[in-house]
Amino acid sequence: MKSKAWTEKFMQGVFFIAACASVLAVALICVFLFANGVPAMKEIGFVEFITGKMWKPNNDLYGIFPMIIGSLYVTAGAIVFGVPIGILTSVFMAMYCPKAIYKPLKAATELLAGIPSVVYGFFGLVVLVPWIREFGRTLKQAGITDSSGNGSGILTASLLLGMMILPTIIGTTESAIRAVPEHYYEGALALGATHERSIFTIVIPAAKSGVIAGIVLGIGRAVGETMAVIMVAGNQTWIPESLLKGVRTLTANIVIEMGYATGLHREALIATGVVLFVFILIINFSVALLKRRSEHE
Amino acid sequence: MGKISVKNLDLYYGDFKALKGINLEIEANKITAFIGPSGCGKSTLLKSINRMNDLVEGCRIEGEILLDGENIYKGMDVNLLRKRVGMVFQKPNPFPMSIYDNIAYGPRTHGIRSKSKLDDIVEKSLRNAAIWEECKDRLKKSALGMSGGQQQRLCIARALAVEPEVLLMDEPTSALDPISTSKIEDLAMELKKDYTIVMVTHNMQQAVRVSDNTAFFLLGEVVEYNDTEKLFSIPADKRTEDYITGRFG
Repeated sequence: MKSKAWTEKFMQGVFFIAACASVLAVALICVFLFANGVPAMKEIGFVEFITGKMWKPNNDLYGIFPMIIGSLYVTAGAIVFGVPIGILTSVFMAMYCPKAIYKPLKAATELLAGIPSVVYGFFGLVVLVPWIREFGRTLKQAGITDSSGNGSGILTASLLLGMMILPTIIGTTESAIRAVPEHYYEGALALGATHERSIFTIVIPAAKSGVIAGIVLGIGRAVGETMAVIMVAGNQTWIPESLLKGVRTLTANIVIEMGYATGLHREALIATGVVLFVFILIINFSVALLKRRSEHE
Repeated sequence: MGKISVKNLDLYYGDFKALKGINLEIEANKITAFIGPSGCGKSTLLKSINRMNDLVEGCRIEGEILLDGENIYKGMDVNLLRKRVGMVFQKPNPFPMSIYDNIAYGPRTHGIRSKSKLDDIVEKSLRNAAIWEECKDRLKKSALGMSGGQQQRLCIARALAVEPEVLLMDEPTSALDPISTSKIEDLAMELKKDYTIVMVTHNMQQAVRVSDNTAFFLLGEVVEYNDTEKLFSIPADKRTEDYITGRFG
């Protein structure tokens, strides 16, 4: 008996240490980011850093507003492409899909999650960029836009990111839909509702918090994605005039310049990381709020 | 002829024959009880009447079920059938939305949009289900906050809101306490004036208390179908007698 109590205590300690590891990791990252980034922000001037429209490290101009806009544009674009397709796919998989198709479909979406982002980037570079370049030229010839762009830009990055967030959204949404009790669906059918109506008015609303969680995870992935975006977004450091124009995201800004940056320039890049980190915090926080509100209803 | 006629009905789940040659006339404005041990096919037959069995994979039906003389498996729109034949489930299953929206769901499904009309339907249905007084002040609150018995009466109200002709009840009180049970039973007896009710029950006292006719099921067959009083006082079949006196099942 005594030895058993001892092993239990010991294992409890092991679990506790394991649990601490992730907390410790987050804490360390926070400390590193803020300790290095905040002094730089102070030196540059917080407002100038956030709202400055010029990023010219050679002239000591560190304004990341174009990059903030870039990240927002590209993420919003990814949501526009990825969320409807992702949700409809998961509805199909959970509610319509014949068994014979389900397995390959599931395997395909899971594989989509496993593809390294640099491969996505390469695909974007070789396939999407030429397509969008053609598309831009067609638009220009038709007189719809003044400038065709060279294929790399917001639209291309949005498409590619939309693809990349699909598996995240599909996975969480599908399991959320499957977690809805069968008797909700049956109850709706028994009132004479069609299959579609039952799904879209009862099952999906009941799965709402899971669906939102999936979307937010997708947003998180889109905001944080770096490699693939760099390869297709053009990376210009000014505010884009159209969807066909190049854009640089916060993550791209860090990666592109980290290799040779020194002094204040380097710290400004870390400060860029701080802004990115705050973005993610805001996203997570707003989800928590949304969830709490939907639970109180 | 009855409201519902079941004729030579065989039902298979894959290779398993769950119902064998069922013939049954269900009378209008009466309560018909289905009794029998678990797995005897009574719930299966009930679910065949509004075609909820269509959801079960590998379920196949031979023979016919007629509603007012129309074959429900041939040429009848299944959603319209389910509007005419409402169902109350074993476990109360209100939707995760407000009481009002729960009741209005059916009418909205069938195209009623007018707010005043919906208000009328909601009040009328809740009154008919004898639950209006308890929830008239909290119509906008979530239905999930109600007690089990209230939820079940809400589900009955929800079924009534689409103005069905038949109400199927699948062990509607098995998850409820005795007080809620007696409320549901009183309600069923009140409702039979306007609706034809078919009730599956495991509780033989309940069948005696509320039903007019009773069918006794065993191993996928109807052993005996008769006036409830007769079936329970002078059962014609030995197996019925054994079951109702508690010798097996």
